[in-house]
Amino acid sequence: MDPKALKKLVESISNTVKSFKKSEVECLIRLFHKLVGRADVRLDNVGLDRNAFRGILYSIFGMTDDVLMNRVFFAFDKDNDNCINVKEWVKGLSVFLRGTFEERLKFCFEVYYLNGDGYISREEIFDMLKNSLHQPSSEEETDEGIKELVDITLKKMDYDNDGKISFADFEKAVKEERLLLEVFGPCLPEAKNCLDFEALAFRHILTSRF
Amino acid sequence: MGVALTRSAQWTAAGRGTRTLETTPLNEAILKEIIMFVESFIYKYPQEAHYVFVDPLEWKTNLNPSAFESGYSVSETTVKSEEVDKNGKPLLFLSVPQIKVRSFGQLARLLLIAKNTKFQEAQACVEANRNPIAKILGLDYDTLTEDSSKVNILDKIIKEDDPEIDMKMKIAMLLKQLDLHLLNHSLKHISLEIRLNPGTVKNDIELLKRFSGKGEHTVLEYIDYTSDYEFSNGCRAPPWRQVHGEICYVLVKPHDVETLCVTCSSEGVFLNGGKTEDEGEINYERKGAVYKDLVTFLKEKSAKFSENMSKQEFAFSEEQQKEKDQPNEEPKKEEAITFRKAVTGSDRSTQEKNQINFGKTRMTKRLEPSLNWKATVDSKERRSLVRDSQEEKHIGRLEKARPSVSPGRAQIVRKSAEKIEEIISESSSESEEDEEPPDHRQEANADLPSEYWQIQKLVKYLKGGNQTATVIALCSMKDFNLAHETCQLAIRDVGGLEVLINLLDTDEVKCKIGSLKILKEISHNPQIRRNIVDLGGLPIMVKILDSPYKTLKCLAAETIANVAKFRRARRAVRSHGGITKLVALLDCGQNSTEPAQSSLYETRDMEVARCGALALWSCSKSYANKEAIRKAGGIPLLARLLKTSHENVLIPVVGTLQECASEESYRAAIKAERIIENLVKNLNSENEQLQEHCAMAIYQCAEDEETRDLVRLHGGLKPLASLLNNTDNKERLAAVTGAIWKCSISKENVTKFREYKAIETLVGLLTDQPEEVLVNVVGALGECCQEYENRVIVRKCGGIQPLVNLLVGINQALLVNVTKAVGACALEPESMTIIDRLDGVRLLWSLLKNPHPDVKASAAWALCPCIQNAKDAGEMVRSFVGGLELVVNLLKSDNKEVLASVCAAITNIAKDQENLAVITDHGVVPLLSKLANTNSDKLRHHLAEAISHCCMWGRNRVAFGEHNAVAPLVRYLKSNDTNVHRATAQALYQLSEDADNCITMHENGAVKLLLDMVGSPDQELQEAAAGCISNIRRLALATEKARYT
Repeated sequence: MDPKALKKLVESISNTVKSFKKSEVECLIRLFHKLVGRADVRLDNVGLDRNAFRGILYSIFGMTDDVLMNRVFFAFDKDNDNCINVKEWVKGLSVFLRGTFEERLKFCFEVYYLNGDGYISREEIFDMLKNSLHQPSSEEETDEGIKELVDITLKKMDYDNDGKISFADFEKAVKEERLLLEVFGPCLPEAKNCLDFEALAFRHILTSRF
Repeated sequence: MGVALTRSAQWTAAGRGTRTLETTPLNEAILKEIIMFVESFIYKYPQEAHYVFVDPLEWKTNLNPSAFESGYSVSETTVKSEEVDKNGKPLLFLSVPQIKVRSFGQLARLLLIAKNTKFQEAQACVEANRNPIAKILGLDYDTLTEDSSKVNILDKIIKEDDPEIDMKMKIAMLLKQLDLHLLNHSLKHISLEIRLNPGTVKNDIELLKRFSGKGEHTVLEYIDYTSDYEFSNGCRAPPWRQVHGEICYVLVKPHDVETLCVTCSSEGVFLNGGKTEDEGEINYERKGAVYKDLVTFLKEKSAKFSENMSKQEFAFSEEQQKEKDQPNEEPKKEEAITFRKAVTGSDRSTQEKNQINFGKTRMTKRLEPSLNWKATVDSKERRSLVRDSQEEKHIGRLEKARPSVSPGRAQIVRKSAEKIEEIISESSSESEEDEEPPDHRQEANADLPSEYWQIQKLVKYLKGGNQTATVIALCSMKDFNLAHETCQLAIRDVGGLEVLINLLDTDEVKCKIGSLKILKEISHNPQIRRNIVDLGGLPIMVKILDSPYKTLKCLAAETIANVAKFRRARRAVRSHGGITKLVALLDCGQNSTEPAQSSLYETRDMEVARCGALALWSCSKSYANKEAIRKAGGIPLLARLLKTSHENVLIPVVGTLQECASEESYRAAIKAERIIENLVKNLNSENEQLQEHCAMAIYQCAEDEETRDLVRLHGGLKPLASLLNNTDNKERLAAVTGAIWKCSISKENVTKFREYKAIETLVGLLTDQPEEVLVNVVGALGECCQEYENRVIVRKCGGIQPLVNLLVGINQALLVNVTKAVGACALEPESMTIIDRLDGVRLLWSLLKNPHPDVKASAAWALCPCIQNAKDAGEMVRSFVGGLELVVNLLKSDNKEVLASVCAAITNIAKDQENLAVITDHGVVPLLSKLANTNSDKLRHHLAEAISHCCMWGRNRVAFGEHNAVAPLVRYLKSNDTNVHRATAQALYQLSEDADNCITMHENGAVKLLLDMVGSPDQELQEAAAGCISNIRRLALATEKARYT
């Protein structure tokens, strides 16, 4: 890749993403291109489509839930073009790897509300939790169980009692109990996977440092 | 007879040769009955007594031919009865040692002859003749019980109208009667014997556990299984012991007896050989009698137990009443009523049993009110890993949880049906908790608090949900008031505890965090703690301490801190390597090998250290753990943490140190690690609890002189003195006064305290304080009053009166301190006047009768200055009736301190001639002489003084010589203690007034030793030694002179 263009890209991304050093950003860009597999194409409009991204989430970050992986994809894909470009990639990873509590809070909320109205509705919760009981009992019973679980969640998180969870509700609940950050399913990678990923992505920097 | 003997009598397992009867109460009873039957046979059935047996009963006897008298022809080794059969053969024939008997008459006479050994004879007879009926009546009659044989015999009777057959028949009937009688009799015996089973034992232990603990009112200090593992049959004994009927082994510590290691077996309860050192095997051998159950056993072993048990029993029955009322209020179906009646009937019939066997029925009563349903979840079933089972088990469990119903139910029902009228009227008066019908439980469930159902639902999600659902359920569960017992127990009773603990064993960090957050809260409940340990929660939590997540470490440590409040838990923490890991937590500030992404679920290093210290604090209540903490290098880490300013860290750190400071090794380390400085610094903290623990730590450490100096040098005395002014917090006050007491052992410190006006304050604390405070206050005053100025202060502040008032207490530690303080005050004549006026001397004197040697000694020491300084001391001492005799008799004590103190008292008493005369009459001289051969310098010192003073009366000098007191005294001069030298020289000087004593001294080489003493800088010693030598010399001269004139 053209070193000059790369440098420019690093500069521009570094301006918006503060949690990575420039060298790290460069590594991430290189990795992105390696993943996309077409390093010579013009930098801006190449990207990872949903399947490729899900593959990464699965193999690198150890996520397994299809529904949530899709949602994570949409949360990464800020411009809704069904394709994650290099900026979105770095930005998203900054939350994944080094996100502050607030960033993660926001990210999770974005993952959980889908229809864009800014609330997590009862139906959405049901959708996300519907696979959370592994009981061999009948479907109705399971449904009943999930419904109760949804009620429990709403009772706990819906502070303003409007039957849905606003960002304010979510924020308050999570601040009170951090365990609720990924309340509707894992959408952030585990610490161990992050470490592995960083070790892999930044290995050039790490090795050059010594 | 045959049936009884084969069925009921307990034969030993088939050994070589003939089997023998075991010596059991049942067998003894059977034999006695047989003896009675035979003995009375002659009178009751004189005709039949002459009946000649078909075959003789033959056995080996221990009887001597010479024992037989009239009616027998006796030779050296044989005896023949004069009574003979038709053929002229004797009915009794003894050829040592074999004996043959052929009639009941002879049997009866034999038993009479045997007298004391008739029991042995009867036993030998029964043993040797396993089928007596066949021998007596012939084989036909042996199987008399069988109907067919009856016909046979009847046939015979009909066929040959023989009078002998008639006779035989009659005897057969008699024997059969005896047989029945014996069977009945043994049945009675058996019914008295209640065999234990795992259920009853477990109930016993559970209930006793509930009433165990520290404190006066519990029945035991603790009771616990030796093994946590329970087999599926309810036994805890290893399988190869279960074969012997053993159920489990229990460690019991009653209040007044050493820890007992007890075997519970189906035969009963007995003491075994105890657990071998270092947690080894149990010595299974039986070491004592077998008791029928644990309670009887403990009543026998511990007086305190049976005393407190009788108190508790009231509590039991109250609870029982409470629970019992319920079922009778709501009879649902006719059937249910009859069933209950039936049960009641059974209770009536077993009433006797229940009275003997402390609450067999009571045992299953759960004692928490409002928790009727608790019993429904059988702990054994709870053990099954809930994770494995996807389906909701709970309801099923409720229904099948009734294994306790006795197997003899059918019989009981039948029995009670016969008596139904009788029973109807009192169906409510009996306890029936044990057999509560299952439908009743369902009814009871309706009364449960709503939390119960909600928690049950959440536990369902914990069991059947994935990580997401589990986390939601955990978070939701956390919203319940987990500090409330209802919720705590509800979690356990719906099987939540197992799930929570299982979650700790997964890889899901969030689940672990959520679970620990709940466990941390509910483990404040003592029952839950035990359950957590029983379910094996501790090893898992100890493992979590290694986790890279600080939050997890913290939560695990905090939970351990809560759980490790009892011994078994602390031991479990240690044995799983928990102490080392907890100590490592203290080091958290130093190493930061945390994952980069740690902000999310992480906490500060200090928090980790705090939790670690908290857990160590709990653990440090066991001696072995203190040792383990030290070995793991905990002391330097604790010392380093002491430098922080975080109060919430300091409290557990100081708490741990204070707890551990009971050990010498710790005190040394505390000194070496410069911990005192920081303890002193934290005395100035705002936090009362911190102040308390710091003061407590100083109290523990200040036995050491260097430490006391350190406290002063770091300015610790002033804050201690000023803390005295706040008397609201009694715990802190006790700790602070304790620290002041120990610090005031150093004179420099006392001076400081006087400067800070602490003595006045201490005097003010002599009234209206709890005993823990009083002990320390008085102790401190006792130390302070060693100095004149302080004695004056105490007197001027009016401290004498309250001190004397405390002489009537019963607290040993307090009495020791009070007597010391009063004694110290008595050194000052003006104070002495007050003490005398308040009758303090009499009170001190009566403390000589205190059973505790420390009190005795302390009182005797205190009496010395009293006698010295009292006006008209001689008259005062004489006024105590029997007082002098009491003192002299104390010389028979075997406690060195008591002896020394009494010698000192006698020294003072003997200064009065009249009193000296009295104690001489009470035999003081031989008693003192007897003590002479001692190695204790303290005792030597006071003994020598006492002897020198007692010489002043009558022929006491001579008497000491006669009782061999002189030679040992001479040896005292070789001691290294100048006090001993002085006192001894004075004693020898007094004794040397008697010529014979001079000779003894000379023979024992006293002159040379005394000559050395003459060169001593101590004037009194010089004079006494010189005087003694001159006496000896004078005697020598006089003898020489006598020789030449």
